[in-house]
Amino acid sequence: MSGFWQRRRIPLAWLLLSRQPLRLLVALAGICFAGILMFMQLGFRDGLFDASVTVHRLFDADLVLMSPRSMSSISMSGFPRRRLVQSMAHPDVQGITPVNWNFLLWRNPQTLSTRQILALGFEPGDSLFTDPELAAKAKALTSRGRVLFDQRSRNEFGPISKWFDEGRIVETELAGKRVRVAGLVSLGPSFGADGNLLTSRETFLELLPSNPPGSIEIGLLRLRPGADPDAVVRSLTASLPNDVKVFTKQAFIEFEKNYWRSSTSIGFIFSLGAAMGFVVGCVIVYQILYTDVSDHLPEYATLMAMGYRLKTLLGVVAREGIFLAVMGYVPAYAAGQALYALVRSSTKLPVAMDLPRAVLVFSLILAMCMGSAVLAMRRLVDADPAEIF
Amino acid sequence: MNEKLMVEVQDLSHWFGIGAMRRQVLQSISLQIAPGEVVLLSGPSGCGKTTLLTLIGALRTVQEGDVWVFGHQLRGSDRRLRQQLRCHIGMIIQGHNLLRCLTAEQNVQMGADLLPGLSYRARRDQARYWLRAVGLDDHLSKLPHDLSGGQKQRVAIARALAARPQLLLADEPTAALDSVTGREVVELLQRLAREQSCAVLMVTHDPRIVDIADRLVQMEDGRLISSLG
Repeated sequence: MSGFWQRRRIPLAWLLLSRQPLRLLVALAGICFAGILMFMQLGFRDGLFDASVTVHRLFDADLVLMSPRSMSSISMSGFPRRRLVQSMAHPDVQGITPVNWNFLLWRNPQTLSTRQILALGFEPGDSLFTDPELAAKAKALTSRGRVLFDQRSRNEFGPISKWFDEGRIVETELAGKRVRVAGLVSLGPSFGADGNLLTSRETFLELLPSNPPGSIEIGLLRLRPGADPDAVVRSLTASLPNDVKVFTKQAFIEFEKNYWRSSTSIGFIFSLGAAMGFVVGCVIVYQILYTDVSDHLPEYATLMAMGYRLKTLLGVVAREGIFLAVMGYVPAYAAGQALYALVRSSTKLPVAMDLPRAVLVFSLILAMCMGSAVLAMRRLVDADPAEIF
Repeated sequence: MNEKLMVEVQDLSHWFGIGAMRRQVLQSISLQIAPGEVVLLSGPSGCGKTTLLTLIGALRTVQEGDVWVFGHQLRGSDRRLRQQLRCHIGMIIQGHNLLRCLTAEQNVQMGADLLPGLSYRARRDQARYWLRAVGLDDHLSKLPHDLSGGQKQRVAIARALAARPQLLLADEPTAALDSVTGREVVELLQRLAREQSCAVLMVTHDPRIVDIADRLVQMEDGRLISSLG
């Protein structure tokens, strides 16, 4: 305790900042702005990558079979359903679900305009999603021409869930054929698909007669508890012909994210946006600290003439940088949260604050403030105590 | 070099500028100050008084000649030694240079903060003690902005004294003060010199305070012309 009282000094860094409230406010506004910019750009980027796998995450699967020609969820190719049946031969495979996956034209029953919707076809008796509620709803799909509509689809598909909840019979046209909404599910739009619907395999093939009946886009495999997914992937890859690829569920999700990350410009654009925010912030903080040091140069020189060490004075500037970083980050974090909520409600994209991003943005702001402080310190080295006479 | 002297200056010369602009401001100055001695330095403006003060105060690099302060040679000294010496040299500067963001009390405490091994409270008490000594106990929490020129000058004096210097260098300390407070401040410096055997070198034009000096030194055109004991 006595050590603390002996080391305690006048909080010079804090007083330098706080006794000029207007300048401090401008500095904080600048840092906060840079922080918000980085939060938004990184949030959009991660949100888009996450949004591209909203449906992928829901699948009740340990392993996934896909055609090697499938590049992403918006360009799926079929593979023979036989391969899925063959994989049942593996002792660790407990259950399979063949899934058809394609985009169909949905007519908005209110405005009568059409729009692409992602349609998944499966046997209503099979397990598709980990959500147990689906099994009960899937029974309704056993009748022909019935679909389960994703109530979190974008509003452009029509007021389906509202009408359905009001008890109305909701019928519309899907791929040129009449379908009836038999229930609502909650999946969420993804980057590739503005809306989703589920239907039986039979209805799916009816809607898309050109689709060969023996061909599916995705095969879900469920493993015996305790089985090693990676080992099964290796042995299935070795035993199945090369017209099919085997993924673990995590690899399946990463495959999709990686498409958006590397094969499109989205990742680059938003990372660049975040970098811009960083640079703008650097310029603002550097300006503030540099002016601050220049303004107080005679005072710093006086302190040096009194016997204060250059190191002590550098410490004062460094502390100013830390104060600016912390005080600028807090409002940026709050504003980031608010803007994420706004984006979620207006675009239904899963943009949310997560710890790694919160830490990343804070580190960037801290780096920005400390980097500027170090540059401003060069001015301090020029402080010649003899000048003050 | 004499170990017992606070300051010993031998054949000190100093130039400003380079090339054709080079101009000599000090010409082989020799000066000695003993502990507890009060030396008054006067002379016309521009004769090099302030330059001499900054050289002794370890603020400027010595070009030619020898300067010993507390027995340490300043010519060719490194940054670290000069910084350590400055901790024991009190500076009272024209234009005072108080930190604008600190109150009078905090400014003085910046001086007391240089003392090692004292608690925060003890250093603050030091600051208050010295502010009382220069008659500013009613202005502890005022910013320099709200103080008059003379009050700022007294804060600067208190700040220099709060670091308990062994050598005090003052450049016109009474310039902004009326005769009564000027007198008080100078007597305070004299008392300090007696009690703590602190040497004082004071540049002044003020004839009212000549009587407190142990020695008067006259300077003209970079030379010491007389030294009256």
